[in-house]
Amino acid sequence: MYNFKYHKAETIETARSLIAKSDDPKILAGGHTLIPTLKQRLSQPSDIIDISSIDELKMITLGDGFVTIGALCTHSDISNSPDIKKNITGLADLAKQIGDPQVRHKGTIGGSVANADPAADYPAAVLALDGEVITSTENHKATNFFVDMFETSLDPDEIITGIRLKIPNSSTYKKFRNPASGYAMVGVFMSRYDNDVKIAVTGASSSAYRMLDLEDSLKSNFNNDIMADVNIDTTNFNDDIHASAKYRGTILKVLLEEAILELK
Amino acid sequence: MVKINININNKAYSEEVEDNTLLVELLRDKLGLTGTHVGCDTSQCGACVIHVDGDSVKSCTVLAAQVNGKNLTTVEGLASEGQLHPIQKSFQNNHALQCGFCTPGLVMSAVDLLKKNSSPSEDEIRDWFEGHICRCTGYKNIIKAVQEAITQ
Repeated sequence: MYNFKYHKAETIETARSLIAKSDDPKILAGGHTLIPTLKQRLSQPSDIIDISSIDELKMITLGDGFVTIGALCTHSDISNSPDIKKNITGLADLAKQIGDPQVRHKGTIGGSVANADPAADYPAAVLALDGEVITSTENHKATNFFVDMFETSLDPDEIITGIRLKIPNSSTYKKFRNPASGYAMVGVFMSRYDNDVKIAVTGASSSAYRMLDLEDSLKSNFNNDIMADVNIDTTNFNDDIHASAKYRGTILKVLLEEAILELK
Repeated sequence: MVKINININNKAYSEEVEDNTLLVELLRDKLGLTGTHVGCDTSQCGACVIHVDGDSVKSCTVLAAQVNGKNLTTVEGLASEGQLHPIQKSFQNNHALQCGFCTPGLVMSAVDLLKKNSSPSEDEIRDWFEGHICRCTGYKNIIKAVQEAITQ
């Protein structure tokens, strides 16, 4: 690993002032993407600012039909939270499918959302649960947050403090796991609200996205028969060593059908 | 350099580490606790699993500076008064290792599993070991060892 200067920030304010003072800072939360990246020298920050001891970012709170998950909640915190299991079943299942138990003890939702890996699981949930990404300076609607591969609308000095999600009537996450990495070759998060359906896809293209046309069709007729007439446009799909764009399209169609059947 | 105070296997340590020292490097190279192994150094193989504040984590993917103030348990801390931990005993009874390289991590993981779920099914045991690689045993006897430990 390259040398860097390590700082521990006990408050968000301290972290922000450390960012302001550093040439090329990076925020460390759980470190389970950042540290492997540093080892491979894919990233060469001058300063690492460890926010992992800021306890106020580790809470899960319920209210007014929303769940707010602190940025430092680990995948394990989320999959084991009685509030999440009860109110957003699909999200608890999603968190349980990330990596392995040891990774889930360290990796955080804030870190994953900030990293915006095109094959990460959370972006699909944040989009399909009408989510907002809350930061040290503002709230971002999920639909404007995920811009492209590893690219978000975060400013360099902005720190994610939490994720706010609208509690659905029901939800599910269907994932075709890459057998080696555990990342989503394709993942589908589907949620149902009164007179509304939201669907988001991850792993298929450079960034997670909503399927607005299919949402509209399902709003009027929530039935798996509808899938017979759906053509998946795979023009911008990832086409790589793991799967062709066409294969990803086929997987997506199957996962969508499974999700509809489960929530019917 | 970063100054850290940690408790490992009920013993207090006060150390100065480089900013980029990994936790597993501190354990092995500086403190001589070589029971924790490094197989892949890429968070995949699980040979470096230890407990930090009661949770199993991969010590190759944690900075030493991050564990300041925390309680750690390594495989050296499992046996007490010359008696192997029940999981260690059941690994021995069931021949759950051949070369033994992956064993410290698997044992630490298994201890964490049984603490959180006192009677896991075979599927739950296999799921829990997702992040471990053993190239000798084919896992069968490892699963048997955990199942035997459940009954004790």
